[in-house]
Amino acid sequence: MLAQLFGFKGGVKPQTNKAPSVQLPIGQAPLPSCLFVPLHQNIGGAPNPLVVVGEHVLKGQLIGGADGWVSAAVHAPTSGTVLAIEEHVAAHPSGLPTLSVVIEPDGRDQWIPRTALDHRSLAPERVREILRDAGVVGLGGAAFPSHAKLTPARAVPMQDLVINGAECEPFMTCDDLLMRERAEEIVRGIAIFRDLLGAKRVLIGIEDNKPEAISAMNKAVLRLAEDYAVVAVPTRYPAGGAKQLIRVLTGKEVPASKRSTELGVQCFNVATVYTAYRALAHGEPVISRIVTLTGNIEQPRNWEVRLGTPMRELIALGRPKADTDRYLMGGPMMGFEIPDLAAPVVKATNCLIAGSPALFPASPPEMPCIRCGACAEVCPHELQPFELYWFSRARNFGKTQEYHIFDCIECGCCSYVCPSHIPLVQYFRFAKSEIWSREREKQAADAAKARFELRNAREEREQAEKAERLAKAAAARGSERKPAPASAAVLPPTVEPVQPVAAAESAEAVSPSDPDTVRKATIVAAMERARAQREAVKPRNTEQLTVEQKNEIAAIEARRAALKPEPAAAQGGRADSATSQERPGE
Amino acid sequence: MITALAIMALGAVVLGAALGYASIRFKVEGDPLVEKIEAILPQTQCGQCGYPGCKPYAAAISAGEADINLCPPGGMDGVRKLADLLGREVKALEAEEKPKQVAIIDEATCIGCTLCIQACPVDAIVGAAKQMHTIIEPLCTGCELCIKPCPVECIHMLPITENLDNWKWKYPVIEIKRAA
Repeated sequence: MLAQLFGFKGGVKPQTNKAPSVQLPIGQAPLPSCLFVPLHQNIGGAPNPLVVVGEHVLKGQLIGGADGWVSAAVHAPTSGTVLAIEEHVAAHPSGLPTLSVVIEPDGRDQWIPRTALDHRSLAPERVREILRDAGVVGLGGAAFPSHAKLTPARAVPMQDLVINGAECEPFMTCDDLLMRERAEEIVRGIAIFRDLLGAKRVLIGIEDNKPEAISAMNKAVLRLAEDYAVVAVPTRYPAGGAKQLIRVLTGKEVPASKRSTELGVQCFNVATVYTAYRALAHGEPVISRIVTLTGNIEQPRNWEVRLGTPMRELIALGRPKADTDRYLMGGPMMGFEIPDLAAPVVKATNCLIAGSPALFPASPPEMPCIRCGACAEVCPHELQPFELYWFSRARNFGKTQEYHIFDCIECGCCSYVCPSHIPLVQYFRFAKSEIWSREREKQAADAAKARFELRNAREEREQAEKAERLAKAAAARGSERKPAPASAAVLPPTVEPVQPVAAAESAEAVSPSDPDTVRKATIVAAMERARAQREAVKPRNTEQLTVEQKNEIAAIEARRAALKPEPAAAQGGRADSATSQERPGE
Repeated sequence: MITALAIMALGAVVLGAALGYASIRFKVEGDPLVEKIEAILPQTQCGQCGYPGCKPYAAAISAGEADINLCPPGGMDGVRKLADLLGREVKALEAEEKPKQVAIIDEATCIGCTLCIQACPVDAIVGAAKQMHTIIEPLCTGCELCIKPCPVECIHMLPITENLDNWKWKYPVIEIKRAA
């Protein structure tokens, strides 16, 4: 057990509202009529589709391959037919579409062959690969690929592995129920992460308003004879933030410029640990997650939902009350309003809350900031939200960065306590995305400038080379003619200056007195060379193509084959046209 | 009296020598103002200002030959930044402000004449003689220089639409209706 807990600055204690959704055990959500699985559900590279329209897929089959190291694969949540690979509305505050695989379930729910593995018998690199290809990402809401967090820093020995079961957001109970019902699997999963990181100590942090989860985890730890410490942390929002929990449990404060591994700490959510265990010990990729469905509905409950299930179908299970006017994804503090209920449940969807005017009363009008400093008192990152607010509002983005806007975790504590009801977090989000977009524009401008300068340099070089070539040709011609007039060297000839030089190289066999024959022979030889080169070159940009692109290429090749005239007939005509063909760019 | 004059004269000579040395030792190559101005310009290299590229325009502004409101891709935002830097008045943009665009080649109509490739200032068009050309979208600055040379008018501009990668949180708007 831990001798001492540390505190973090700030924080608030909103009403938790967790009781309604813990009355019932986790329910299995029924198979929806259609699944819309977005390919890009993680932070990092967007996976490429690996299936084609009309293909039959099995439950757990890879449908999107991880793109690069910081990326995670996507799998079919059930067996069925791929109806389309198209843009579908994303689970995102913008309501913009994203490339999704539409799967019509066949009802058989037939698994791919699964192989159980023991992580102890595998190389750590292999385990990380398996996790990536099983689509294991942070299920606390950030959806950062977990395998990328599992490399210990070289210089610092890994001290503590923090397992995050704090779940500080109001309304949310998905991690609570998971710990109550599947504690043993979580504890087994922790061993994978501990062994990969080589952590000396494992700390499981759970807020003290979840006694059932704490006792379930304690029992599981005892049963499996592990030495993990299950620690009850004081209930205070945002104790479940990774940096806050690390500070509470270990006393270490992770600076903005460093990763937590550099301090010898790493933090994972309990649901992430659970999916990692399922991926290795059962060979089951991440195809579902626990979602809390609560708020203004008849039956609040946690559901195990297949990823890609349209939110509308999930919400119907809870029977929303008549006065429901909006739905939030995520908690009331950090979540966002869903613009379109056709959006699917994704790996980041931990909670859906039905809102009504009674549950979330419209906030009173925004009033001027009185610089009371209440926001600075509750900020868990010890920022000065009121200063950030002034600068964001005035679009003075340089100043916001001086006041460390990128340390803000958008927890919403400042907006929660603001007596003037200023939506502070919205201003910070606006400022952040504006800074990012300017950064992108700046990079694009720099790239354009570099390309422009390179192009100018190239043009200059080409011109110089051309002049040199012309001068050389003139000199060669002059020496051929013997009585070289002095003016010929100064004024280079303009008519077909290159060919005499080229002809001289390959004209040994043919009589040099006949320039026409020489030229034709040269052309034929050059065409032969070009053809050989064309056939020898294998295009290198054909890896990692999407299915659509592959189909398109096949169709084009078929058309081309049909169009191609007989080579013998084309031979003569082509040679003629090549003679008269002008060289582009000169 | 003479001592005082001598001291002052000596001081003048020493300081003059120091200044002269510093001006040689710390000589600044090029005009630093031009670089600052160029950093504000959007680097589309479109020539809409009447100068052949962003750098010549920056040089012209620095020399006082050109006004600061001639760059349509930079928009009013750019004009404001230039005014800030140079201490001049903000002026309305000469041309109308357009949303950011990229050029698209209608590949069925393209005859492969290479004229647009030669016109593109940032080498964002690929293709070869008598082969279809195409535009590398992420590299296109939307300068429209390729549109005029095209003999078959197969290039048109498309405004860049909002997607998940370039989506931004909007400025929070206070709802007046609710306040009333």
